[in-house]
Amino acid sequence: MGKQYETVIGLEVHIELATKTKIFCGCSTAFGGAPNTHTCPVCTGMPGSLPVLNKQVVEYAVGVGLATNCSITQYCKFDRKNYFYPDNPQNYQISQLYLPVCHDGYVEIETEGGVRKVGIHEIHMEEDAGKLIHDDWEDCSLVDYNRSGVPLIEIVSEPDMRSAEEVIAYLEKLRMIVQYLGASDCKLQEGSMRADVNLSVREAGSEKLGTRTEMKNLNSFRAIARAIEGERERQIELLEAGKDVLQETRRWDDAKECSYPMRSKEDAQDYRYFPDPDLVPVYISEEWLEQIKASQPEFRTEKMKRYKEEYDIPDYDIEIITGSKRMADLFEETTALCGQPKKVSNWLMVETLRLLKENGLEPQDIGFSAQHLAALITLVDRKVINSSVAKEVFEVMSREDVDPVKYVEEKGLKTVNDEGALKKTIEEILAANPQSVEDYRNGKEKAIGFLVGQTMKAMKGKADPAGVNALLREALSK
Amino acid sequence: MSILDDTAVELSEKIKKGEIKVREAVEAVFAVIDQKEALLNCYVTLEKEKALKRAEEVQAGIDAGELTGPLAGVPFAIKDNLCTEGTLTTCSSKILENFVPTYSAEAVINLEKAGAVIIGKTNMDEFAMGSTTETSYYGVTRNPRNTDHVPGGSSGGSAAAVAAGECFAALGSDTGGSIRQPASYCGVVGMKPTYGTVSRYGLIAYGSSLDQIGPLTKDVRDLATVLETIASYDAKDSTSMKRDTDFTSALVEDVAGMRIGIPRDYFGEGLDPEVKQAVLSAAEVLKAKGAVVEEFDLSLVEYAIPTYYTIAAAEASSNLERFDGVKYGYRTKGVEDLHAMYKKTRSEGFGPEVKRRIMLGSFVLSSGYYDAYYLKALRVKALIKKAFDDAFSKYDMILGPVAPTTAPKLGESLSDPLKMYLGDIYTISVNLAGLPALSVPCGVDQKGLPIGVQLIGDCFQEKKLIRAAYTYECAVKGD
Amino acid sequence: MANIIDDATIEYVGILAKLSLSEEEKEQAKKDMGSMLDYIDKLNELDTAGTEPMSHIFPVQNVFREDVVTNGDDSEKMLKNAPEEKDNMFVVPKTVE
Repeated sequence: MGKQYETVIGLEVHIELATKTKIFCGCSTAFGGAPNTHTCPVCTGMPGSLPVLNKQVVEYAVGVGLATNCSITQYCKFDRKNYFYPDNPQNYQISQLYLPVCHDGYVEIETEGGVRKVGIHEIHMEEDAGKLIHDDWEDCSLVDYNRSGVPLIEIVSEPDMRSAEEVIAYLEKLRMIVQYLGASDCKLQEGSMRADVNLSVREAGSEKLGTRTEMKNLNSFRAIARAIEGERERQIELLEAGKDVLQETRRWDDAKECSYPMRSKEDAQDYRYFPDPDLVPVYISEEWLEQIKASQPEFRTEKMKRYKEEYDIPDYDIEIITGSKRMADLFEETTALCGQPKKVSNWLMVETLRLLKENGLEPQDIGFSAQHLAALITLVDRKVINSSVAKEVFEVMSREDVDPVKYVEEKGLKTVNDEGALKKTIEEILAANPQSVEDYRNGKEKAIGFLVGQTMKAMKGKADPAGVNALLREALSK
Repeated sequence: MSILDDTAVELSEKIKKGEIKVREAVEAVFAVIDQKEALLNCYVTLEKEKALKRAEEVQAGIDAGELTGPLAGVPFAIKDNLCTEGTLTTCSSKILENFVPTYSAEAVINLEKAGAVIIGKTNMDEFAMGSTTETSYYGVTRNPRNTDHVPGGSSGGSAAAVAAGECFAALGSDTGGSIRQPASYCGVVGMKPTYGTVSRYGLIAYGSSLDQIGPLTKDVRDLATVLETIASYDAKDSTSMKRDTDFTSALVEDVAGMRIGIPRDYFGEGLDPEVKQAVLSAAEVLKAKGAVVEEFDLSLVEYAIPTYYTIAAAEASSNLERFDGVKYGYRTKGVEDLHAMYKKTRSEGFGPEVKRRIMLGSFVLSSGYYDAYYLKALRVKALIKKAFDDAFSKYDMILGPVAPTTAPKLGESLSDPLKMYLGDIYTISVNLAGLPALSVPCGVDQKGLPIGVQLIGDCFQEKKLIRAAYTYECAVKGD
Repeated sequence: MANIIDDATIEYVGILAKLSLSEEEKEQAKKDMGSMLDYIDKLNELDTAGTEPMSHIFPVQNVFREDVVTNGDDSEKMLKNAPEEKDNMFVVPKTVE
């Protein structure tokens, strides 16, 4: 029988912070601008330009640190990490090595194996790099510095994880915390959350850590899970063959499901860190720390407790809604506007989740506002529209966030309350369907359903089905 | 008497009185340039047309009563490591041979707001690394006082231009003596202000923790006036300081009771006797005016140079990484591999002295050496600062030489870099400790080469230095 | 000379600094760096135990910007000095992935 191996995993998670501007200059961090339209001398490394720190970056970083049980480094500094690459315009990245802003924290994760702690070694602030686009026609690369200088925090875990399942639970936990703080939207696909996996294997029972590799370019939870499995197998194969695992950085190719070493001889991996003389130290006073603590949002556990007390909705709904900050915010805002927690919860739990699933979206991609959902609920309450029209309107709202009141008006979707017109239609329907009328009169209850459907169709759906039903029975009883 | 004999402040007064037009002042300067520049080579770039056009704008501003400041209409030269929007800025390096900034240094903006007319960019040691202006890619600058000699450096072009009348005043930068030493060699006044006094935004960095911009002028009044104009708190420079900047208020002829310390360590072996004599006579003049002069031991002087070269080289190695042929400046041709492109561009674009310092700086920061070299130097820096703190608890200022000798002959210095570095011994610790210091002419040697005396003050005590230098200058003029 | 700089070190520093030196330059660099390091070793004469490294001269802290967008589209200016430009981007030799 072969040896048993244990996988030891630590993560370096980069998160782009949701500031309006870059970490060291007043350029916008907005996504999607034309190349280099969000740049200035500072974030393109022009000679003579100087960095000035965005205060909000410190507040977000400290906020994440507090939420992950870290100690805050009250006196922290920025260091330069020197390496040449075209996406790095100064050829040094401003980061933190010697005194990172947060250290020694943990988060609790829950997997099938139960609840356990994953240690956080440190959290540091740094700047993001620009984007390289490969031009196959010209056999060159092109550099866009729009992302250069976007603020990042890097959360470095302890090597406390043992499986892909734990890694994903850890990432989901971090994502939820950061989203609750509003510090980032944490989208893996768009790169606002990125994870590098440090992995080693050792014989089960061994205390000593094996040689680790670092894996980059993991753009989805699925890729992470596959990369972990692939790397574990690769390392075990090496060990079984009596070979050594090399300490190196590898790039995961998710399409080919394998990884390649990334560095060449020209990458000495000697970053010559030293304190950046252009930036002064950050001192986080007790007072400032208290202010940040006081402005921390309500996190999930507290929120779940409060929902149970405040709203009469099922525990399962609470679990799902508080699982995403965006859902919880929508729920609370909409409820505040329309006063109907149960109905709001229903819309979120049924229609919203259905649409997200169908379109492969995440809760933070929800396209409608609380105002519009509240208005829609009110329209149904007041019987201005019926529930099937409401679903139609909701689909449009989810795509384009239209105002349901205006939309219903413009498209003429209001339920017809003109009894005369309805009675006239019913007469026509009864005249056109003598067989059904006879069936009903002979005791076939079902026939009424068909007649309601025909009437609704003739009314183009704009009638209250209960009212149609009552009027039909009245007419048939004559 | 020619207007070229006027100081900057005198010239501006005449312009404001209508005795002379800005255009005439600019033309007068260019007449000198036409005559001397071919030999002296003070400038990398001259902008005659722009300057004449600008002269008309400034004249209109003065005539309209909008420009009333003491430097309105004055032709200025700017060291070529200060970015000037629309004007070539090379750092005297091949690697920036075609770099035209789209922004100006804050100090330059401040000067322009005051109505100064910029006529060109002055030659310097490449990236301010050197003490002779001989490491420039654009040829050496000659000392106007004796053209067989160097003007000093790295702000040699600025000092020579002021001394030759090729401008009325100039800006330089000082990382280890680069304003004071050429001022001394060329017989003009120059000052390195307290770190943080003048914004570094737009100054192409050499050693970021040491660099300061400062004036090179004909006299102390001009010095105080230019400094007052360029000093500002700048939110774009995180190391910029909010402080008093009313430097002209210190133009007072009075040093009574001022305590001046003369460090014995500055007058030992290696100091030229003629320089020593001139500097000590300057001290006597101040003493005669009522200053209390005494000798003391500063200590640690011999450790300043190794400390400086470690820190400056380390910072420079990082600051100069951005010159890689990607975003601006020179790029080598015909290389298809990225790293080969970097290496070839930089090897062709930088001169030997710059490469030497980048190599040293990369080494002292590299894995395994950081603590032994870089951190050690930062610790010694703290000790040096402490030694100055002790001195300033007893003295208002320190008086000493600027350089051990007068200007050396062209070609004498570069052969032995270490020896050249030793010439910075009296200026370098000032940058390490962030202090203000100025150089004011105090005589000439037998060959007629100028000698400067250095006054060093505690942080933010520029006004004491200006008062003492002004008093000295008045006393000497009166003789 | 107490500090002997060997070929491997010069090669390594060349990789870090992105400089390629000719044989002649390498020999000179070995000599220069060795003598500078000898000179810098003079600092070891000083006992600095208990002295904190001093990066900044002044104890200034917390210099911040507010998180407000101040810059617009300046891409034309940023690309003005580019040695090579295409589609509003900087062109570089192909980076290997």
